[in-house]
Amino acid sequence: MAVTFDAALQPDMSAFLRKRDDGRASLDLLVTGARCAGCISKIEREVSRLPGVEAARLNLSTGRLSVGLTDGDMDPAAIISALDRLGYPATPFDPGAALVQRDREGRRLILALAVAGFGAMNAMMFSVPIWAGLFDQELGPATRTMMMWMSAAVGAPCAVFAGMPFFQSAWRSLRSGRANMDVPISVGVILTLAISFSETILNGRDAYFDAAVSLLFLLLIGRWLDHVLRARARSAAGDLLALQAPAACVVDGSGHERSIPLGDVRPGDILRVRPGDRIPVDATLEEGEALIDNSLLTGESAPERVGPGQLCRAGAVNTTGLLTLRASARSEDSTLAAIARLVEAGAQSRSRYVRLADRAAALYVPVVHAAALATFAGGWALGLDPREALIRAVAVLIVTCPCALGLAVPAVQIVASARLFRRGVLVKSGAALERLAEIDHVVFDKTGVLTEGRPALVGAPQEVIAMAAPLARASSHPMARAIARAAGDGPVAANVVEHAGLGVEGVIDGRRARLGRAAFVGVPTLRSGETELWFGFEDSEKTRLQFSDVVRPDAAAAVEALKARGVTAEIMSGDQVGAVRTVAETVGLATWKAGMLPEEKSEAIDHLTAAGRKVLMVGDGLNDAAALARAHAAIAPGSALEASQNAADLVLTNDALMAVVEAIDTARSARRRALENFGFAALYNLVAAPAAMLGFVNPFVAALAMSGSSLVVTLNALRVRSGR
Amino acid sequence: MNIIFLLAPFSVLLGLIAVGAFLWTLRADQYEDIEGAAARILIDDTDAEGPDDQG
Repeated sequence: MAVTFDAALQPDMSAFLRKRDDGRASLDLLVTGARCAGCISKIEREVSRLPGVEAARLNLSTGRLSVGLTDGDMDPAAIISALDRLGYPATPFDPGAALVQRDREGRRLILALAVAGFGAMNAMMFSVPIWAGLFDQELGPATRTMMMWMSAAVGAPCAVFAGMPFFQSAWRSLRSGRANMDVPISVGVILTLAISFSETILNGRDAYFDAAVSLLFLLLIGRWLDHVLRARARSAAGDLLALQAPAACVVDGSGHERSIPLGDVRPGDILRVRPGDRIPVDATLEEGEALIDNSLLTGESAPERVGPGQLCRAGAVNTTGLLTLRASARSEDSTLAAIARLVEAGAQSRSRYVRLADRAAALYVPVVHAAALATFAGGWALGLDPREALIRAVAVLIVTCPCALGLAVPAVQIVASARLFRRGVLVKSGAALERLAEIDHVVFDKTGVLTEGRPALVGAPQEVIAMAAPLARASSHPMARAIARAAGDGPVAANVVEHAGLGVEGVIDGRRARLGRAAFVGVPTLRSGETELWFGFEDSEKTRLQFSDVVRPDAAAAVEALKARGVTAEIMSGDQVGAVRTVAETVGLATWKAGMLPEEKSEAIDHLTAAGRKVLMVGDGLNDAAALARAHAAIAPGSALEASQNAADLVLTNDALMAVVEAIDTARSARRRALENFGFAALYNLVAAPAAMLGFVNPFVAALAMSGSSLVVTLNALRVRSGR
Repeated sequence: MNIIFLLAPFSVLLGLIAVGAFLWTLRADQYEDIEGAAARILIDDTDAEGPDDQG
C-alpha cells in the first residue's frame, strides 16, 4: 500500500464543531504562545477575516479561543492553519472536555464571601460606638442597646447566611462520627450569636455580632483560596488532556472516513490511524505490516513489528504509514481502561492521607472546647454569675478562633502553587504539596522522563544528514523527523511516496532516493535493527543512520540536586537491561531495575512504602500509572498519557526535569511556613485563652486580636513567593 | 441624634448596593479573563475602518 502526501491526509476535525439549531456552529481552540495585547488583536482580526467566521474571542488567561461560525459544515482545519501561519499553534477541544461545568461551589463561596464582607463592614459601623463606650466615652445604656440591635439586624442574618458552608460541612462530618475543622467554627459562631442576642435583650455589654461575621469573612477567604487552587489546576489539566483528541477515524461501508467520538467505536469497525497518531482502541491489523511504538504502554524504546491479524494495543503510536485496523474491543474494555482501574484503586489508598490542617484540628478541637467548658464550669464554681461565666466561655471560643488553621494553610499553598505555575509545574491540590514535602526517595521512569522519549540521531556526519533531509522532511515517521530536526529548514523532495512499514521514496535534484529499512533501500543485510535507517540514491552507495533515545540535558543535574537535598533516587523501567544501564550511568544513578511490568512497579513502590520510605514517582507511561497512584506523591510530564496525568499530583507543563527539584523545594518551603503559622497560632492562643478566661476580653479586644493574628499568618505565607 | 435613624439605614443601603454591584460584575463574567482585560485596553480599535484621527 502506497500513500501520497496530500490534503486528504489532513485529519478530519469536524467532530470538534458544536452545531446549533440555526445552522451556525461554534468551535473552541486551545492556542499556545499568546502573551500580549498584540497577540489578541492579531489573532482575533485574522481569524475573523476568514470566510465563514462570524466572531472570534481569545481568553488570554486560559489561552482559549472561541470561534463562532456562520456555516456548520465549515472545516476547522482552515482556522488552525491560519493560526499556525501567524505563529500560534492551536489544537481543537474535544466537545465533551470543553463543556464548561458551571462552578457551583465557587459561586456559592463567592456569594457567602460577599455577604460576609458586607456584614463585617456594616456591623463594624455600629460596633465602633459600642467600643468607644467601653473606653468611658459618652454612651448611655439606651443608645448602646440601640446600637447593639442595629448590629444584630445587620450581622446576624449575614452570619447565618455566610456560615452555611461551614454549618453544612460540620453537620456532614458529625453524622459520619468525626469532627473536622468546621465543627468548632460552627459551634463558636452559633454560641456567639446566641450569647450576643441574650446580652442585647438583657441590656448587657458584650455583643459579638461583628466578631462572628468577621471570623466567617476571614475563614471564607481561606476556603475560597483553597477552592480556586483546585479549580485552576482542574481546568489546566483539562487543557492538557484536550490535546490528546479522543476521536477515532472510522471507515464506513461506502469507503468514506468519518471522525467519531472514542466511546462510539464498536468491535468490528474499520479504523484508520495516521502516522504519528495513537491507536484509539485495542485492534487487529487488517493488512500490511506495521511498526508500533509501545513506549507509553511498556516503556520499551524500540518499536515493535506487527503483522496482519496481530493485536495492536490502545495507546500505542503508529510510526509507519497509514494503518487500517479492525477494532477488537470497545474503548472501555481496552488495555487503557484496565490500567485506569488499577489507577483508581491506588488513588483510593491515597485519599486516606490526613491533611496538615486536619491533623492540627484533631489536637485543637478537644483542647479549645475543654478550655471553654472549664471556663464556664470553673467560673461558676468559683462564684461567678452563670451569665458572666458563659460570656467568658464564649470569649475563649472567639479569641481562639481557628483563623490560623483555616486561612494560613490555604494561603501558603496558593502562593506556593502560583510560584510553581510560573515555573511550569501544575499543582493539582493542596494535599499534593503537603505529601511532596515529606518525600525522601524518588523513583524515575526512564523513557520520556529521564530521556526525551523520542529518537535522536547519533554520530551521523553532517553531509549525510543534509543529503537525506529533503526526503525526511516529507515523512512524519519519528526517526525521519529526527533527521529533519538535525538538518533544519530546507527543500523537500518531489514525488514523495511513503511505503507503510518500509520507508519513503522521492526525487532529490532529479535523482531517485530512498530512506527506510535496509531491505527497502537495497542493502543486503541479515540483521536490521529497529533503531536505524538507511539512505541512498538509486544507484550509489547506501549509508546507515543510527538513532537512540537521548537523555534529557538536565537529567544529571536534577539527580545531583536531589542528592544534595538528601533525597535518594532510582530508575524503574520496563525497557531492556542494556538501555536502562546506559541511562543510569549517564545520569549518575547506581540503583536501577529493568524489564519491569506495571504490576511489578506498583509492588516495588508498596515495598518501599512498607519499609518506611516516602516515595515520589516520576513517570509518564501507562505502565507507570498504577505506580504513580500508589506512590506517596507523583509527578507526570505534560507529554504523559491522560491516565498518568490523572494519577499524578503534579504535572510538568514544560520539558525541564529540574522542575521536579524546584517543586520539592517549594513544597518544603510551604510546609515550613505552614508549621510556623501553626506555631504562631499556638503561641497566640497560649496568651489569648487565659486572658479570655480571666475576663480581660471584651468585643473590641476580640476583634483586634482576631484580625491581627490573621494578618500575621497571611504575611508569613507570602514569604513562600520569594522562595525563602 | 434623630439623624442617626436616617443615616444608619442609608449607609447599610449603600453597602447593599456595593454587594449588588459586585455580584453583577461576577455574573457578567468580568473575572473570566483578568489578564486579557488588562491587555485589551492597549488595542487600538480604530484600525482598518474609517479615517483615523492621527493628529
